[in-house]
Amino acid sequence: MNKWGLVGLIVLATSVGEVLQSMGMKHHGEIHDFRPGALRCLAARLVQNRFIIASVLAMAVSFFAFMALVSVAELSFAVPATASSYILETILAKYLLKEHIGWKRGTGALLVACGVALLSV
Amino acid sequence: MTAEQHKKTRIFTVIVVLSNVLGNSFLSRGMHGVGEVVSLSPVPYIQALFNPWVALGASLLVLWLLSHMALLSWADLSYVLPVTAIGYVLVALTAKVFMHEHVSVWRWGGIALIVAGVTLVSRTAAITTAKPSGGAA
Repeated sequence: MNKWGLVGLIVLATSVGEVLQSMGMKHHGEIHDFRPGALRCLAARLVQNRFIIASVLAMAVSFFAFMALVSVAELSFAVPATASSYILETILAKYLLKEHIGWKRGTGALLVACGVALLSV
Repeated sequence: MTAEQHKKTRIFTVIVVLSNVLGNSFLSRGMHGVGEVVSLSPVPYIQALFNPWVALGASLLVLWLLSHMALLSWADLSYVLPVTAIGYVLVALTAKVFMHEHVSVWRWGGIALIVAGVTLVSRTAAITTAKPSGGAA
């Protein structure tokens, strides 16, 4: 697989993984207690959460594809090339997670994606 | 959003940003020492984890994953992603200040766009969906 194929795989796997992760954590509910005992109970619950399991699998694909990418390309190429995931994830957040994307948030995500891409020039 | 959620959001944003920036830097340094590992077999990737820089980078990225998950338990994905992008600015400024790398006009432009984007998104409410159920752990 060439480096652009790896970029496409990373963008897709990251976007799907992040959306599933957000779904899983919202399904679980807000975390209030960060003491070790509570975190152990939290981990036990999360490993049974099907959204989290699927998100970890997608993020693992993204992680290993990123490892492969930085072994054949500079980090200064790898990070900006995957910036389009900001736009894809914002669109998925609006339609799948039903988040409110007003002009500030939409424009902000677009500016960030363009800015990250410019960093590689 | 409550005062507790404001405070937690700020603390976890800092953890997410720092663990991501340092994790990616260490992973990149280690993988360049390991060499090319484009393979469908898991073995080369597992072998790469025995490189100390790769192991440190991977550990920090595990911390990034866990803190990111915690942040997403109350904050919107469309809020978390752009706001944590300030890490890219940190990488560029660190390269300029500590490694004396040249930062081109295009890069300064990229930094300005990211800062503007993060500023815009940070002025929106971190939670726009219905209150999450539960309140566990």
